[in-house]
Amino acid sequence: MLDTASPCLEVRNLVVEFPGRHGTLTALNDVSLAIRSGEILGVVGESGAGKSMTGAAILGLLERPGQIAGGEILLSGRRIDALSDREMEKVRGREIGAIFQDPLTSLNPLFTVGAQLSETIRQHIPGSSRTKARARAIELLQEVGIPGPQERIDHFPHQFSGGMRQRVVIALALAARPRLIIADEPTTALDVSIQAQISGLLRKLSKEHDTAVMLVTHDMGVIAETADRVAVMYAGRLIEIGPVDEVLKSPAHPYTRGLMASIPALGARVERLHQIDGSMPRLNAIPQGCAFNPRCKQAGPRCRRERPDLMPTRTGEAACWLYEGGVE
Amino acid sequence: MLVVIIKKLLNAALVMLAVSFLAFLIFQLAGDPVDMMSSEQSTQADRDLLRERLGLNDNFLVQYARFVANAVQGNFGISYRNGQEVLGLIADRFPATMELVLVATVLSLLIGLPLGILTAIKRGTWYSEILQFGSIIGVSLPSFVVGILLILVFSVTLGLLPAFGRGDVVDLGWWSTGFLTQSGLMALILPSISLSLYQVTLIMRLVRAEMLEVMRSDYVKFARARGIPRYRIYFRHALRNCLMPVVTLTAMNVGTLIAFALITETVFQWPGMGMLFIQAVTFIDIPVMAAYLCIVALIFVS
Ligand SMILES: Nc1ncnc2c1ncn2[C@@H]1O[C@H](COP(=O)(O)OP(=O)(O)OP(=O)(O)O)[C@@H](O)[C@H]1O
Ligand SMILES: [Mg+2]
Repeated sequence: MLDTASPCLEVRNLVVEFPGRHGTLTALNDVSLAIRSGEILGVVGESGAGKSMTGAAILGLLERPGQIAGGEILLSGRRIDALSDREMEKVRGREIGAIFQDPLTSLNPLFTVGAQLSETIRQHIPGSSRTKARARAIELLQEVGIPGPQERIDHFPHQFSGGMRQRVVIALALAARPRLIIADEPTTALDVSIQAQISGLLRKLSKEHDTAVMLVTHDMGVIAETADRVAVMYAGRLIEIGPVDEVLKSPAHPYTRGLMASIPALGARVERLHQIDGSMPRLNAIPQGCAFNPRCKQAGPRCRRERPDLMPTRTGEAACWLYEGGVE
Repeated sequence: MLVVIIKKLLNAALVMLAVSFLAFLIFQLAGDPVDMMSSEQSTQADRDLLRERLGLNDNFLVQYARFVANAVQGNFGISYRNGQEVLGLIADRFPATMELVLVATVLSLLIGLPLGILTAIKRGTWYSEILQFGSIIGVSLPSFVVGILLILVFSVTLGLLPAFGRGDVVDLGWWSTGFLTQSGLMALILPSISLSLYQVTLIMRLVRAEMLEVMRSDYVKFARARGIPRYRIYFRHALRNCLMPVVTLTAMNVGTLIAFALITETVFQWPGMGMLFIQAVTFIDIPVMAAYLCIVALIFVS
């Protein structure tokens, strides 16, 4: 899987902290990942694992008092984690597009979708006239599969269904042809019947335009159909990353195994759903050593003492002492 | 839609009936107007004639019904004080009050909106904290105190602006305006500032709260994520979404301002409806008081 070209997005040892009155919370701890152009990286993990936080850090949209306390973020080899707000405004939308969970509330209800599209286009492509921006907006709506874009462009968000609105949101994210798209649960708020369409659209667009995509979702079905590789997060850390088929079929990390076993659709004909005992620790109570050790059936003394870094497995990497010194 | 309108109208009519009943009760409780209107020397025959003319010999309900019927036609009787037609008296004073209220409303928007935006987007800076604190004082400071302070500073000490009256007005037939002369405009400054102060702080706090609310919304976050500059988001996306409540509040508060104008007009000797009312109270000029109550109530419900 070695690739000589430098990846589109590279996150190295990212640490995000929330300084507070009762000490500092470490929301992301030593997260490293890379996405190549045209590749879709799925990001999974329990609620609160830090998936959205990773996306927000990359976009430079951490909510105060959250801040990047360590590591670096590179976009096509350029560091973007220390840019000023003004400079970051040129990166957001222009080089990184974002799609959020709820298409119903992502659009400003008082502006037509055309106005919002033109605004984004004209913001990022200087010197594009009103008519040019409008033509481009229609083209974008067409591209994300909205029928009758010539009329639809003048409609307000409330005149669209949920699925259509999410297509508009995708069109907005694509407006300036970014190299990277961060999609945070883009299908969660949608009808099951529409989820597949939207994730299919994302995959098609990613492949056509050679765009890197970071796809955060809880839905393993979406991951299986859409992603090329998967990253698993737990308590603010990345604990496993690898090709989608391998991670889904033969997960390496004990936590990922538990996570996969708890999903009915993929494990064929399981009698009882396998549940991992206990729950993910809160940020102020992360145990020493491996964060997963209190819930892990295979945990040994070392797991309670020392934190494992990502170590190579057969096809990917896992942060688990089981893989120290090569595979099995 | 029609049902809603009819309901609203019925509601308004009920309120008006209640107010007019109250106004009418004042008539009844204030004692015998004949005593007040006639002099020591008038004979019993004169008094009886006057009593008959004022319709005071009929029973209570008939009198009330006649009062309402007359009031609906704009006929509130004649002033006890100078015997003039009450409606005419009020119509003379109406423009003065309305111009004062209009200028105060415009001022409150002109000052309240930018201050609200500023304190919302510069939250936590020392000047927005000061403004916030100042707005609490503005809300709680009685309007006559503000008026007197303004007079002290700008009229008595600095001698820049007139302390009372309307200045010269231009008569446009049915409307007399102070907008067209310099002294009229100068005279408007202090009273309208004093009247608008409360409204300014109200609008400022509303705009601030609404802006902060909108700034937390998903579509503002999404606008940030697609690289729209901060100031464009403030003034295009956030502001537009909080204008609706501001317009509603402003429209709703026109009635309140007219009521508050009573105090301002007294402090500044402004020849408006409020002054008329205060004069009427001191003379126990009940028809004028009743008419004022009914008209202010009418403005409130509409
Ligand atoms: N303002 C904040 N101050 C302190 N901690 C925060 C703050 N915002 C988020 N966190 C913490 O950061 C952690 C990561 O949150 P994040 O939103 O990234 O989770 P997630 O993986 O996206 O979960 P979900 O699947 O529910 O979206 C959570 O434990 C959360 O409690
Ligand atoms: Mg999330």
